[in-house]
Amino acid sequence: MVLIKVETVLELKALTKDFPTHRAVDGVSFSIERGEFFSLVGPSGCGKTTTLRLIAGFEEPTSGQLLLDGHSVEGLPAYRRNVSTVFQNYALFPHLTVAQNVAFGLERRSKNGKQGIAEKIGKALELVHLTGKEARLPHQISGGERQRVALARSLVLEPQVLLLDEPLSALDAKLRKEMRHELKNLQRRIGVAFLFVTHDQEEALSLSDRVAIMSRGSLEQVGTPQDVYRLPKSRFVAEFLGDVNWINGAGVRPEAVRVSRATPPQVVRSAGAVVEGQTFMGNCIHLRAKLESGVECVAEMAQQECDFKDGEKVYVWWQATDEFRVP
Amino acid sequence: MKLRTVFIAPGAVVMISLFFLPLLIVLAYSLLTRGAYGGVALPWTAESYTRIFDPLYLAILWRSVWIAVVSTALCLVLAFPLALYIARSGPRKTLLLNLVMLPFWTSFLIRTYAWMFLLRDTGLINTVLQATHVIREPLPLLFNTGAVILGLVYGYLPFMVLPLYATLEKLDPALLDAAADLGASPLVAIWQVIVPISRPGMIAGCLLVFIPCLGAYLTPDLMGGGKTVMIGTLVQNQFTAARDWPFGAAISLLLMAMVIVVMRALGDKGEELL
Repeated sequence: MVLIKVETVLELKALTKDFPTHRAVDGVSFSIERGEFFSLVGPSGCGKTTTLRLIAGFEEPTSGQLLLDGHSVEGLPAYRRNVSTVFQNYALFPHLTVAQNVAFGLERRSKNGKQGIAEKIGKALELVHLTGKEARLPHQISGGERQRVALARSLVLEPQVLLLDEPLSALDAKLRKEMRHELKNLQRRIGVAFLFVTHDQEEALSLSDRVAIMSRGSLEQVGTPQDVYRLPKSRFVAEFLGDVNWINGAGVRPEAVRVSRATPPQVVRSAGAVVEGQTFMGNCIHLRAKLESGVECVAEMAQQECDFKDGEKVYVWWQATDEFRVP
Repeated sequence: MKLRTVFIAPGAVVMISLFFLPLLIVLAYSLLTRGAYGGVALPWTAESYTRIFDPLYLAILWRSVWIAVVSTALCLVLAFPLALYIARSGPRKTLLLNLVMLPFWTSFLIRTYAWMFLLRDTGLINTVLQATHVIREPLPLLFNTGAVILGLVYGYLPFMVLPLYATLEKLDPALLDAAADLGASPLVAIWQVIVPISRPGMIAGCLLVFIPCLGAYLTPDLMGGGKTVMIGTLVQNQFTAARDWPFGAAISLLLMAMVIVVMRALGDKGEELL
C-alpha cells in the first residue's frame, strides 16, 4: 500500500487584521497541503485580498499566527518570505524585458553567477509557452502573455506557495476560460501549492481541490468544491456559490428540480405547482413555477424536456439527497 | 481662414515679433564692431566670437558649467526622496505640494535678500554662533561660490520636485509590492524599479534646473558678491560697464548654444518633455 505523505506548507491560525476603520480579517484559520490548489472566494471587500497580503508579508497581522513550512514568519519582511505573488494587474516592471522581469527575483536571491540564471529563465518561459518573446517589453505583448510572464516570474523562484490575486480578472471572457485550463494544467505539472483568490465562484469551483468561502472578514466554510456546493453550511455560502430555491426551510439547486405532468414517484419530495414563466438561457431553460404553498421555485432544464405552457398545472419534485438545510 | 490658423496666429505673432526678430538683432549685433559709447557700428566682424577663447572668459564659462552641474545634482538628490514621500503620502499630497510651491508667493529677489540677511557676517547664523561662543570670528558664509550654489539649489529645487512628483505619482504601488515579493529590499526596489521608471521626470527636472542655473544672474551677483562671476554676470557687464554690446551678444548666443547642446545630449526625451 502506498502512503501519500500529506505535508502542510501553509497554516493560518486565527489570523486577524484591523484597519483604523474596520476589521478586515477576523480570526481566519486554514491550512494548505503541498501541491494543493486552494481557492479563497468571496464578494469584494470580504477580506480575501487582505488575507493574501498578510501571507505575502505586505501587511502585518494584528494578531494570530502564520506558519510557512511549519515555521512562523512573524516579523519576516515580504522580501525574505519564500512565497510569491501573481498580482491582479500583473505588476510587471515596464522598463524591463520579459526575460529581465523573470530574472529579477533570481538575481536578488542568488549570489552566484548568471549561468544558472539564464537556464532557469529559459525553462520558466518554456513552461508558460513564451519562448521567443524574451526581448519584448511588457507593453509589447498581449494581456494573456503578460499574465504568463507574471506566472513565470514567480514560479522561477520555486516558492512554497504561489499566491494568485484575481489573476484572471483583467482578461476578457474567452481568454479567461482558456487561461483557467492552462493554469490548472500548469499547477498539476509543477506540483506547487496555489492559493487562488477570486470573487468568481465558478472559477473557484472548477479549478480547486478545496475552496474556502469568506464573508465580512471571516471564513464561512472550507471544503471540496462538491461538498461546499452540495452541502453549504450557511445561507450565505449556498447563495454565493449558485442559485437556490428555499422551500420549507430546505435549499434545492435549480438543476436538481424536476418538473412533470405525471404524479412523481413516492420516494421524492414533491409539490403541485403552476408554471409562471420560462427564460431562455442559451444552454438551458429556467422555468419558474409557483408552488401550492405560494413559494416561487426555479427549475433548470434542457430545452427538449421543457414543453410546458405558462399557467399549466404541473408537479415539481427533487431527490431528498439533493436538498440541504442551513441554520 | 481656417480655425487652425486663427488659433495659431496670436501666439505666432508674439513669438516672431518678440522672440525671433530680437534674436536676429542679437545675432547681427554679435557680428558688428563696438561703438565708442556703447551701441554697435560697422564694419562686420567675427572678432567677438574669437575673443571668447581668451582664458579669462573660458574660465568663467567653465565655472558656470560646473556650478550649474553641481547645483542640478544637489537638487536631484534632495528632490527625489521628497517627491517620493509626497507622491506616497495619500490625502496630504495637495498640502505638501502647496508647501513646495509656497516660496513662489514672494519675489525671488526678496528671498535672495533674506538669505543674505541670514548668512552675512552680522547675520542670524553668525550672531547666534558667536553669542553661544561656538565660534569667535564670523564664518565666511556669504560672497563665495558655496553661497551661490546654496542660492541656486534653494531657488530651483521646486522645479526639480514637481516633474519628479508627476512621474512618481503615476507609479503603480503594486510594482513596489512586486519588487519586495521577488526578494528586493526597499533600497534595492527604489534603485532597481523606481529610479529607472522615473527617468523621464529626472530628465525634465534636470533640464528645468540646469538651464536657468547656467544663465543665472541674480544669485551669483548678490550671493557671490561679484566675486563668483558666471555667464549671466558677464553678459550684463558687457552691456553696461564694459559697453561692449557685440561681445555681450556673442556670449548670449553662446549660452543659448550650450543649452541646445545639453538638450540634444539628453536625447529626444528631453525635448519631448520641454
